[in-house]
Amino acid sequence: MDFSDRFSIPPHDDPMLYASIVAIVLTSIAIVVGVTYFKKWGYLWNNWLTTVDHKRIGIMYIISALLMLFRGGADAVMMRLQTAVPDNTFLDAQHYNEVFTTHGVVMIFFMAMAFIIGMMNFVVPLQIGARDVAFPRLNALSFWLYFTGAMLLNLSFVVGGSPDAGWTNYYPMAGPEFSQHVGVNYYNWALQISGIGTLMTGINFIATIIKMRAPGMKLMKMPIFIWAALITNLMIVLAFPVLTIALLMGTLDRQFLTNFFTTSDGGMDMMWANLFWVWGHPEVYILIIPAFGIYSTIIAAFSERNLYGYTSMVASILAISALSFLVWVHHFFTMGQGALTNSIFSITTMLIAVPTGIKIFNWLLTMWKGKIRFATPMLYSIAFIPLFTIGGSTGVMLGMASADYQYHNTLFLVAHFHNVIIPGVVFAMIAGLIFYWPKMFGFMLNERIGKWAFWNITIGFCLAFFPMYFTGLNGQARRMYTYSEATGFSTLSMISFIGTLLLAVGFVFLVYNIFYSYRHAPRNIGGDPWNARTLEWATHSPVPEYNFAISPTVHSEEAFWDYKENDYELFKGKVEDIHMPNNSGWSIIFAGFFFAFGFFFIFHVWVGVIIAFLGIIGCLIYRSFEKDDGHHIHKEEIEATEKELGGAK
Amino acid sequence: MKELFPLKQVNGYIFSLLLTVIALSVYFFDMSLAMGLTILVVTAFIQAGVQLVVFMHAGESEDRAGIYIHTIFGVVVAILTILGSLLAMIWGYMY
Repeated sequence: MDFSDRFSIPPHDDPMLYASIVAIVLTSIAIVVGVTYFKKWGYLWNNWLTTVDHKRIGIMYIISALLMLFRGGADAVMMRLQTAVPDNTFLDAQHYNEVFTTHGVVMIFFMAMAFIIGMMNFVVPLQIGARDVAFPRLNALSFWLYFTGAMLLNLSFVVGGSPDAGWTNYYPMAGPEFSQHVGVNYYNWALQISGIGTLMTGINFIATIIKMRAPGMKLMKMPIFIWAALITNLMIVLAFPVLTIALLMGTLDRQFLTNFFTTSDGGMDMMWANLFWVWGHPEVYILIIPAFGIYSTIIAAFSERNLYGYTSMVASILAISALSFLVWVHHFFTMGQGALTNSIFSITTMLIAVPTGIKIFNWLLTMWKGKIRFATPMLYSIAFIPLFTIGGSTGVMLGMASADYQYHNTLFLVAHFHNVIIPGVVFAMIAGLIFYWPKMFGFMLNERIGKWAFWNITIGFCLAFFPMYFTGLNGQARRMYTYSEATGFSTLSMISFIGTLLLAVGFVFLVYNIFYSYRHAPRNIGGDPWNARTLEWATHSPVPEYNFAISPTVHSEEAFWDYKENDYELFKGKVEDIHMPNNSGWSIIFAGFFFAFGFFFIFHVWVGVIIAFLGIIGCLIYRSFEKDDGHHIHKEEIEATEKELGGAK
Repeated sequence: MKELFPLKQVNGYIFSLLLTVIALSVYFFDMSLAMGLTILVVTAFIQAGVQLVVFMHAGESEDRAGIYIHTIFGVVVAILTILGSLLAMIWGYMY
């Protein structure tokens, strides 16, 4: 078959798809016309697209993550709509495959990863009292490469077809023989490009945390979120190269007909599964550990107590991160290897429950006898504890190799991992977003609407996923596009669909809250609206470009609390000139060449690939010879800003 | 004059050349596959270590402990990953 026969634009002859193409075109035109009409191109370019400011990059990550949340959420609603009633014909099998694959890829790589990296971008330099990350330009490049990957994958559903072999993309299913159209090429290149960005973020943040902490902040005096971020980034640096290589081998198999993952000629198809999970299991802890850090921060702040068991918290993060590299085979216990291998990985898997349990008890003991305030971020954190424990317990059930033969690839598994990822990661990110919103934008989100969103999301989550435990145990396989009446799954599937709708309503409330609060919330909230404990609250809201007029001096992990309650002097010294990095459009141009490179590679357009590659090399050469010494913000300027924002801090 | 002469780097250079010669010998002498691969892997790791310490100046700054801990941790994770993969993909089918 000729290569160009393998795909079409658009990939399906489906009225929904045409409608969404029209919607995409109209939205794009509306954005361009809108920005032009309000004369905002200069503002957009100078303040956002070329920025190297960690706060703005963090916000851009979070906005992209929210967009991806709605993209992936729309896929989820379509999937649950299709399975709400037996023998439904809303989506056909191929379309359903593409929808669940896109849902998984978008949610893990482009929603959850972007959210945690965005959160780390915004919080880490502020919490360690630094002015920016170690390599601001690299940070901007990380974001634009991530964004390139995200856009590339989102292009796939209108141009050529989405990947259809599941987010785990197992071979030989994902090989050129069984997945003939270009979908999996999109998967390979989108993840490859955004993976490079993630790897650079990892290096950047390790350097930042190791080298740029405020004076006095020794390792064991770092706030717990900083510990979480440090370990997360270390795990990124160790785990992501495996994905990079596996994706490259997959690309070679699909586009140059090599035999790494084929079933003949010496290929090992399950080697993909092995490599994928060597990366994939640390990846789920890369997502959850920053979430743990955010919960620790929020629970301590809203209980008005210091975090219980700081040292044991650090130790359990370290233990979890080390164990997370030793458990990956539990994702394919049923591959056919013997009992010895399965036993080893079963034991390491169950060991993870120990440090996680320590953390759960530490959170409970932090709340014990605390003055708990039930603000929205705290509500999410409290709901997280029991829900995550249920997810963890079912995880231990799945971790028992012999029992796993029953659970494997059923909806029980799907319920389990949504049960840890949604209350674990998504709740943490929403809680963190609401918690840090005043620091980002200088006004608070409305509590009443926030609580509406919270209850809809929490109840919706329970309704959507708990029924899957039951249908899964009764044998309903995951990734099946339909089922017959006789299976008896229809009632529980309908409940699950209703839960999905509640979740969707909850997210609509979340967005409406942003709109509502933007219009109505008061702006004079001061630097510390939550009465919080760590350094980021010691500066103004929103944070000035240079973060702190005077670098803080720290003597405990809750420096700001000591400043407020124990008369500790935080800002010793006086205002001096501050050296800051320059903005640059280089990153976005560089990422643009990467987009062209990926796109042309997907469609085997070699001329385009060569031109884009020359562009990439050209950008690298330009950067090597570029002279950029940054700029100084002068003393008078800082004093004027500080005065305007209300006193030196 | 002695302070100016980079004795460590010259020694390192000669040593890395020697390692290269040993690795090359695998091609010129007739030996079993296992023997050849062992020599290649061992010389490759020593070579990487020499480059890291002598020419990339690991261990010459204040945070030398950190650099070595990170490197060793990375190597340990890599070795565990390889052993685990062998266990899952090959040895696991033997027992």
